[in-house]
Amino acid sequence: MYEIDAKDVYYRKLNETIRDAIRNHKRDLIVDNVCGQYYIGCGISEPDITITINGVPGNDLGAFMNGPKIVVHDNAQDGVGNTMNGGTIIVHGSVGDVLAYSMRGGSIYVEKDAGYRACIHMKAYKDMNPTVVIGGCSGAFMGEYMAGGTLILLGLTQSKEKPLTGHYLATGMHGGAIFIRGKLNEDMLWSEAETVEPSKEDIKSISKNVKEFCKIFKIDYNRVMDEGFVKVQPKTSRPYGDLYIPGP
Amino acid sequence: MELSKDISGCGVAGFINTDGSLISGIDIVDSITLMKDRGNGLGAGFAAYGIYPDFKDFYALHIMYDNEQARKITEEYLDRKLHIEQHGGMPTRPIKKKRPIFFVYFVKPREQSTKVESEEFRTDEEDEFIVKLVMYINEKIDGAFVVSSGKNMGVFKGVGFPDEIANFFRVDEYKAFCWTAHNRFPTNTPGWWGGAHPFSLLGWSVVHNGEISSYGANKRYLEMYEYKCTQKTDTEVIAYLLDLLARRHNLPFELIAKIFSPPLWSEIKKMDDEKRNLYTTLRMIYGGALLNGPFSIIVGFRGGMLGLNDRIKLRPLVAARKGNTIFMASEESAIRYVAKNLDEVWMPEAGEPIIVKLNEEAYKKVYG
Repeated sequence: MYEIDAKDVYYRKLNETIRDAIRNHKRDLIVDNVCGQYYIGCGISEPDITITINGVPGNDLGAFMNGPKIVVHDNAQDGVGNTMNGGTIIVHGSVGDVLAYSMRGGSIYVEKDAGYRACIHMKAYKDMNPTVVIGGCSGAFMGEYMAGGTLILLGLTQSKEKPLTGHYLATGMHGGAIFIRGKLNEDMLWSEAETVEPSKEDIKSISKNVKEFCKIFKIDYNRVMDEGFVKVQPKTSRPYGDLYIPGP
Repeated sequence: MELSKDISGCGVAGFINTDGSLISGIDIVDSITLMKDRGNGLGAGFAAYGIYPDFKDFYALHIMYDNEQARKITEEYLDRKLHIEQHGGMPTRPIKKKRPIFFVYFVKPREQSTKVESEEFRTDEEDEFIVKLVMYINEKIDGAFVVSSGKNMGVFKGVGFPDEIANFFRVDEYKAFCWTAHNRFPTNTPGWWGGAHPFSLLGWSVVHNGEISSYGANKRYLEMYEYKCTQKTDTEVIAYLLDLLARRHNLPFELIAKIFSPPLWSEIKKMDDEKRNLYTTLRMIYGGALLNGPFSIIVGFRGGMLGLNDRIKLRPLVAARKGNTIFMASEESAIRYVAKNLDEVWMPEAGEPIIVKLNEEAYKKVYG
């Protein structure tokens, strides 16, 4: 265990300190008093690192990250997991806008809510299949331009004042899958996306990820799985192929 | 100071004590300075409400002059038009770079100047008189700009990082119940002292992260109502639109928010008859006041503060509450840095205003 005090440390200095520690074979880093420092964990490739963050990390947490595990014991800001390739981010709280922006691999678990545009332009390639589980609710434009990967929204914080998800769900989506627990208001859905019953294969993937989520945040798995899921997917394999050039 | 130009996007922050208790500018400076990297040193500023309790019945004109000549002309003009209760150079600390000179005037329109004497200002309304006066100075007097003109409030702004501007204007020595702040990263327009945020007119002040792409349309709309856009940047229109819609047209903030950030037509189509009728009417009557483009703004006004995003939330805004204090900022960390153990943190929805007002007792205490 290697402790770093981030109190009033400029983000560049803090990230250098973290990199130096990893270079010196520290594997279990605890960063205290974090407040708004950008890019923590950015581009780090070593797979067996754990970075525990106490405080609110700044934008683009874990951007371009390839291997480590980041655990945040507070809320996180915008751009968590921006273009992340691998590793795990766990947030014991809520996250800001553009969660998992262009994420390409690894997994993110958010205990509570996500802001606007979660999983915008998330993509998958061969065996790289990013997975995001949001325990609470999500803002509008969730899954915007999504091209691949798996997004699971549980809505555990849902209330009368807090809807499960916002307008323009899956706008521009052309790949991947969104699984939403509970009843989805179809008015929220974009015209080129549709809801279907999840297949057996899908349920398997949901169960596996929800189990992991429940283990991390100590939530009753059976209670979560008590309610059914709907799957949101693009209507066709190329829903926007004729958008600018008239089709046949 | 090394400039970090690889990060962009302005930063905004603000808070208000709804019980009217006054606190120094130290917290707002810390809060906005935490987001230093959202600006690039080409503009920063602060608006403070409740700072002039001894002159609360007078309009406090903060005026920026490029040179002594501009000051002479402006003061002659003010002398002719107004009763000046007191005036003087604004307290500043020395800085190395070239900078304009700043004066503050506590004024009231004279009885005759609102009624008989003046040809240009044929109006009974004091507020209207001051607006016309501000427009006149900004447009006609070379090298003079009115930075703020409200009662018991003031704006401090210029070219520099927030901590530099705060130090220059001795922001730490003022006490206010509401503070807003801005950290600028100019993209389309020059970074000059008058172009820094907040933009202010009467009690209105606006700090803004984003870009008003409807600037041209808004400017032409405002010109019909004799507002002159002179400060070479988009945010100015928001301050004037607030004055037009809230003061002159007497619209509530809830409606103004829906004029600035209206729902999309596709959403209006799905509304029930009554709502659809309202939103369609607003779009028809106030189309010229619609703000297009990405923005998050924090507005200070007489007795309150308002936060608003564009209609699809293309810029960040976080709000929080601790006891009687409401905070807003571009980043949550900027709030958490100055307030531990918050009661609530939330992200407002696109186009949904957060309106915070002083409680009645506090309002009486501050303005009564």
